[in-house]
Amino acid sequence: MNNTVTVGIADLNIAKGEDCLVTYALGSCVGICLYDPIMRIAGLAHIMLPDSTQLVNVTNQPYKFADTAIIELVKIMQQNGAHAVNLKAKIAGGAQMFAAMSNSSLANIGERNVKAVKAGLMRMHIPLLAEDTGKNYGRTLYFDAPTGTMRIKSAAKGEWEF
Amino acid sequence: MALKNYKELNTVHLDVLREIGNIGTGNAATSLSAMLQKSVNISVPKINVLGYGEVTELLGGPENMIVGILLSLTGDVKGMMMFLLEKDFAHTVINGLLGQSFKDFSEVDEMGMSALQEIGNIMAASYVNAIAQMSNLTIDISVPSIAIDMAGAILSVPAIYFGNISDEIIFIQDEFNSDTDNMVSHILLIPEVDSLQKIMKNLGVE
Repeated sequence: MNNTVTVGIADLNIAKGEDCLVTYALGSCVGICLYDPIMRIAGLAHIMLPDSTQLVNVTNQPYKFADTAIIELVKIMQQNGAHAVNLKAKIAGGAQMFAAMSNSSLANIGERNVKAVKAGLMRMHIPLLAEDTGKNYGRTLYFDAPTGTMRIKSAAKGEWEF
Repeated sequence: MALKNYKELNTVHLDVLREIGNIGTGNAATSLSAMLQKSVNISVPKINVLGYGEVTELLGGPENMIVGILLSLTGDVKGMMMFLLEKDFAHTVINGLLGQSFKDFSEVDEMGMSALQEIGNIMAASYVNAIAQMSNLTIDISVPSIAIDMAGAILSVPAIYFGNISDEIIFIQDEFNSDTDNMVSHILLIPEVDSLQKIMKNLGVE
């Protein structure tokens, strides 16, 4: 019996066995898929913002930020039997949904999210195998625990697998 | 009382926002009626302070396709305003202005997009004028930016913008009726908290 585990915005979860993870409608947010191919454990985080250190009062929401969410996801995967050295990553999202946003704090937030995720993965020595990031459309992300396949569905451009 | 986030809005604050919503919606209906050249009636707008998850559900779920028109506010009031138009609304606008029909959003061409953008501009100005006049504040709006995509992806933009302040937004739901169509639009009003406080103060609400 395979279940689909939904990951909300600023949330994360893991799946084992035949299960599948999904996060709906990534816009400028980034979906981070981590996978231990030997232990067959998949993890998915849906982050909103690049960096927790620029803000005060975030201690209660580590899943919201790229830097802290990756650490938490790895920790939870390890508690469930994954090994840090086995982990591989695939990421998607970080779009710029609206073309002309003059507001500087919002400009390129998707791109900044992607950069922060890559930097976070590098710090944890997790190789990035595939990415589908940037551009200007929303993506729904499915991540399959038995195979480690990331499937992206977009409204305008159809579906892909990574 | 100093407002720290939207959660602290009390019933008096919400009544004020509701009244702003009423006047704004009335102005918007007048503009809409002039553009579409038919009479447009409105129902009393529903105003709530909601989390992003709840807003997404109200918009038909994260993957529901929707038109998002985003404007930023500057001047005395800083923040963002977003119009969300459901498909039937977009259809009425494009049909009324350009005489075109579409079944799916993918058929909307550049002319259709700019018609929607213009409606967003006019409706935003209607609301902003209501707020500015009532509160005696100067508010400038930016050129609107448009996207047609999954509701969740569109909402991620204001969610991120306010991610470090609040997980909630002021959500206004308007229903417009003409003799033939029933159209629903949603407005996300996202003033920065000190701007919201400025509005309240100028309206005599503490």
